[in-house]
Amino acid sequence: MSERERVPDPLAPGAAEAEPVGGREGGLYADAWRQLRRRPIFVISGVLILILITMALFPSLFTRIDPRACNLADSLLRPSSEHWFGTDVQGCDYYARTIHGARVSISIGILVTVSSTFIAVVFGSIAGYYGGLVDTIIARITDVWFAIPTILGGIVILRSIFSERGLFQVSLVLIVLGWPTMLRLARSAVMSVKEMDYVDSARALGVRDFRIIRRHILPNAIAPVVVYATITVGVIISAEAALSFLGVGLQLPAISWGLMISVAQNRILTAPHLLLFPGLFLSVTVFSFILMGDALRDALDPRLR
Amino acid sequence: MGRYLIRRLLQFIPVFFGATLLIFVMVWAIPGDPIAALAGDRVLPDQVLDEIRDQYHLDDPLLVQYAKYMGDVFQGDFGEDFRGRPVWDLMAQRLPITIRLALLAFGFELVLGVIAGIVAGVRKGGFMDNLVLISTLVVIAIPIFVLGFLAQLLIGVQFGWFPVSGIQRGFMSYVLPAMVLGSVSLAYIARLTRTSIVENLRADYVRTATAKGLPRRRVVGIHTFRNSMIPVVTFLAIDLGALMGGAIITETIFNIPGIGRAVFEGVQRQEGTVVVGIVTFLVLIYMIANLLVDVLYAVLDPRIRYE
Repeated sequence: MSERERVPDPLAPGAAEAEPVGGREGGLYADAWRQLRRRPIFVISGVLILILITMALFPSLFTRIDPRACNLADSLLRPSSEHWFGTDVQGCDYYARTIHGARVSISIGILVTVSSTFIAVVFGSIAGYYGGLVDTIIARITDVWFAIPTILGGIVILRSIFSERGLFQVSLVLIVLGWPTMLRLARSAVMSVKEMDYVDSARALGVRDFRIIRRHILPNAIAPVVVYATITVGVIISAEAALSFLGVGLQLPAISWGLMISVAQNRILTAPHLLLFPGLFLSVTVFSFILMGDALRDALDPRLR
Repeated sequence: MGRYLIRRLLQFIPVFFGATLLIFVMVWAIPGDPIAALAGDRVLPDQVLDEIRDQYHLDDPLLVQYAKYMGDVFQGDFGEDFRGRPVWDLMAQRLPITIRLALLAFGFELVLGVIAGIVAGVRKGGFMDNLVLISTLVVIAIPIFVLGFLAQLLIGVQFGWFPVSGIQRGFMSYVLPAMVLGSVSLAYIARLTRTSIVENLRADYVRTATAKGLPRRRVVGIHTFRNSMIPVVTFLAIDLGALMGGAIITETIFNIPGIGRAVFEGVQRQEGTVVVGIVTFLVLIYMIANLLVDVLYAVLDPRIRYE
C-alpha cells in the first residue's frame, strides 16, 4: 500500500508518543497497521476522518460561498440546486455554513483530546511508575475531578466564569473535565507494564527513570490510551455541540453545528432541513471517530479478539 | 463487608468535599465578578449587590465561605431565584417529573440493553451479534439532541404514535422522551453485557456447569448471566451522570417541566443562582449514587470485598 494511506491525523496524539517503536522495532504497531488496512471499518472511518479534517482546514475546497454573506430575501429556502442544503432564517447558504461548521468541532475535539491525553500520560506515568505518596496524591485529586459529570460541570463552569465563550474557553472547560478518565487509564496501564522483567533489567543497568518511562514503559502502555483518545475525540465533539445547544457553549456569530441545531429547534416542523444537515454532519463525525477507536482496539488489544 | 464499607465511606468523604469545593471555587471565588455575571448583561444596583454578597458570604475568607455555603446546602438552602423564590422549592416541584422520566429511561435501557447484549453475546460473530454491534455504534454516535429531534419528527409527528411535547397525557407523554434519554445508555449496556457474556462463557465454571449436564438455558440464563451483570451494575452509577446531563437536553426538547428543563430555563434567563443551585444538587446526588452502587457492587461480588 502507498504512503498516502498511513494512519490518518487524529491518531497524531498517540502516534507521536508511540514514536520510539515506529519503524525500527515494529512489533505490535507494525502488526496492527498491517491488519488494520485490510479492515473495511478502519478504511471507511479513516477516509471519513481525512475528509472532515480537510473540511476543517480548507473549507473553501468544498464551497466557494461565504457562509456569512446572507440575503434576507432568501430566508428559509428549502434545499435546491442553487442552495444544496437550503438557507437559514437570515438567508445564509446552509451548505456553506455546515461545511464551515466542521472547523470548530474538529479543532475542539482534537485540541481537547491532545491536551487531556498529554496531561493524563504525564501525570499517569508519574503516579503509576513511582507509586507511594505521589501516586496517592495524584489518584485522590483525580477522584475529586472525576466526580463531576461533564455536561453538568460544563454548564456550571461556563455559565459562571466566562461572560464571553469562544473556542478557547469551551476547550479549556472540556480539558479540565476530560482528563481524569484518561489519567486513570494511563496510570493503570503504566502500573501493569512496570512489573515486567525488562523494566527491572533496564533499571539494573542504571537507566534513568525518565528514559525508562519514555522508552520502555510508554510504548507498551500507550495502546489503550490511544484507543480511548480516538473515541474521546468523538465524545468531546458531541459534548461541545450539546453545550452550545444548551446555550452555554459557543456563542453567535460563531459557526458551529451545535449552535445551528440550537437555532433550528424552534422551526423543526416548518424547516426540518435546518436541523437535519448539521445533525447529520455531527453524527457522521462522531461516528467516524468512535468507529476508528473500535477498529484500533481490535488491532491493538489482541486479548479482545 | 463491614471493613469494606468503612473504607469506602472514608474514601468518599474527601472526594465529596473536594468536588463540592471545586464547584464552589469555580463559581464564586475565581477572579472576576460572579455577581455581575449572575445578572448577565444587566447592571445591578449597589443595594442588591451588597445583599447578594451578604447572602453568599462573599466578604468572608474562602474556606469560611465554603463552610457556610455547604452548611446552607445541607439545610436545603440552594439560594434563591431573582423573584426571591428558594431554588429548593423549584427543585421540589420539578424533581418528581424528572424522577419519573429517569426511572422509565432506566427500565427501558436496562431491559432492552441486557436482552440485546445476551442475544449478541451467546453467538459471537453471528448475525444478531453484528446487528447489535453496528446498531449500538450508530446510536452512540448520534448526539442525544439530534436523536431527540429525529424521534420527535419521525415517531411523534409523522406517525403520531406518541405526544411530542409537554406532560398532559400522563404516562404516554413520557414514553418517547424516556426512549431518547435511555437510548445511548441502552447501547452501552448492550455492548457491555455482550462483552461480559462472551468473556464469562469462556470461564471454567461455565465449562463445569455444561460438563455436569446442565441444560444450556440454565448455564446461560443463571450461571453466566449473574456474573455478567456485575459490570453492568457499575455502569449504571456512571450512567447516572450522563442521564442527568441527558435529562437537561431531553426535557428541553420535549418540553417536559422537570429539573433539567429548569436548568435550561435558568441558562436562558441568565439566572445563575438557579443553574448553580440545581447543578450542585445533581452532582451531590450523582456522588451519593456512586457510593451506593459501590456498596451494591461489593454485595454482588464477594471478590471485591476481600481485595
